[in-house]
Amino acid sequence: MAGMTTIFRKELADHLGSRRIAVISTIIILASLSAVLSAVESPTLLQQDSAALFLSLLTERSGNLPSFLFFVTFLVPILGILLGFDAINAERQRGTLSLLISQPVYRDALINGKFLAALAAMALMMGGILALIGGISMAKLGIAPNGAEILRALVFFGAAMLYASFWLSVAILFSVLFDKTSTSALAAIALWIFLAFFVQLVAGVVADHIVPVGRESPAEEVLRHEHLRMNLMRLSPAYLLQEVSLVVLNPSVRILGPIDVSRLQGVIPSALDIGQSLMVIWPQLTALAALSIVCFGVSYIAFMRREIRS
Amino acid sequence: MEKAVETRELTKKYGAFTAVDRLNLDIRSGEVFGLLGPNGAGKTTTILMLLGMTEPTSGTVRVLGFDPAREPLKLKSRTGYLAENVGFYEDLTARENLTYLANLNGLKGSHADRAIDEALEKVEMVNSADALVGTFSKGMRQRLGLASVLLKKPQLVILDEPTSGIDPEGVEKILSLIRKMADESGITIMLSSHMLHSVQKVCDRVGIMFKSSMIACGTIEEIGKSIIGERQGTIKIVSNGSGAVDEEKLGTIKGLKDFRRSGDLVTANFDESRRSEIIREIVEKGCLPVEVRGTEYSLEEIYLRYFREV
Repeated sequence: MAGMTTIFRKELADHLGSRRIAVISTIIILASLSAVLSAVESPTLLQQDSAALFLSLLTERSGNLPSFLFFVTFLVPILGILLGFDAINAERQRGTLSLLISQPVYRDALINGKFLAALAAMALMMGGILALIGGISMAKLGIAPNGAEILRALVFFGAAMLYASFWLSVAILFSVLFDKTSTSALAAIALWIFLAFFVQLVAGVVADHIVPVGRESPAEEVLRHEHLRMNLMRLSPAYLLQEVSLVVLNPSVRILGPIDVSRLQGVIPSALDIGQSLMVIWPQLTALAALSIVCFGVSYIAFMRREIRS
Repeated sequence: MEKAVETRELTKKYGAFTAVDRLNLDIRSGEVFGLLGPNGAGKTTTILMLLGMTEPTSGTVRVLGFDPAREPLKLKSRTGYLAENVGFYEDLTARENLTYLANLNGLKGSHADRAIDEALEKVEMVNSADALVGTFSKGMRQRLGLASVLLKKPQLVILDEPTSGIDPEGVEKILSLIRKMADESGITIMLSSHMLHSVQKVCDRVGIMFKSSMIACGTIEEIGKSIIGERQGTIKIVSNGSGAVDEEKLGTIKGLKDFRRSGDLVTANFDESRRSEIIREIVEKGCLPVEVRGTEYSLEEIYLRYFREV
């Protein structure tokens, strides 16, 4: 435990002082702020439910700029990969890995400390940005986020951290598996491109193949096709995060996916409370957590079994 | 005498390949032991098993009375290990690197500072303590490595190829440091090397590994005797007085053989264990030894002789 704290501190200090993290954080902060600042000007913002105005700043887009949420799903993986892709293999190349494991600390203290330090660095950044957005909301709109909004923002923050830790674990796993830092970085980026962009295309193609639908297909067929496509897309953590954020940041969303008219009968169009929103999104949150845990578990085992010669 | 390292029938297999085959190794407390052998002989694998960094396929290991696979932390807090090509964090100073390692060993604050100052003093690096490791030569890095090992006040130090890739002056310095560590602090030292000359000067006993097995173990004198046989010197003989040397008469002397004549001078080989008897007998037979040259066992010779036989 003492060993892990030491490693955690050193790694966190390294991250906070490193140049590449400074560059990517500047990009993320600039992108997020410009998205939010332009959302403030958006004409549709004022039509939103005033009880959740702060939250709609996070999802609202205006003009050509995508929303803050888009930037998060897009840039957090890059941040995670950047923090983790050379966690183990750079130490191996430098010759410091054998130095560390010959010290009286358990070997897992090294990988745990590195994982937690990178996660802490990302949490600091995300938390800072969310606080900044709160400030912008007060300054520009004159509205302070209320309790329910803060709670929802915290859930969103948690989901974003799960998403970040998935990408961090992927990057660390590749840094254990591949000896070269360039290989592990490229492998992680390739996986990111696949999960962020291609899964949507692949899901459509596969769904079309298994449940072909045309213009005259019966409603059940179309529904089956749509459900299959969505479930395939849910293999991608980016899509899971999108669904979670959609529900958590938007109290009025109560159903995901295709809606059948009969389910809307008698619905009172009011905002859900946070517990109800969580119920809607619980499976996605669980899946997101499971993905990151499995991924970290695999890299943990891979690292523990790896023989370190020099 | 107490044993620092004891292995019995220690074997490590990687699939069908046997890296270490039924090794019986004893290292006494306080001695400097050299593990020699060509690359790929199984030296590093042996060291990894001694430190619990890889598990033996069969056989037993006791290091300082501990089983390395079961009590790795107790062992690692008493044992210093420097891998071949050990590295340090290039963007930190020597002192910062040592502070990190001291913290990992549970040394904090002023305790750590004192231990670091002492260690730097011992390896004569006080002047470069606050320089970045990135600017260090290979020899300085290796000395910094020795300092990092001394931090924890070890009972046993294991060095894998401590002199490889270092200039002769640096080698000299490191070897004298190793000898000093053993003589002044009573630390048991085991080092592996394929640089025979340097090892010969510093080791009390050596073990020679070849193709996964230990083929000889003991002092250089003992190994030399068992592999090369009796040492032979050369002697040059002239006739005492007038007339030529009578080779037939000399041939009756036990241990004197291989006569070669050049002019008045006869050169012969002799058994060194009978040196004084032979000289006396030569004089008694009316001849005069003008030059007597003994040979010392050199590891190079042992090495070459052995591998030619295999």
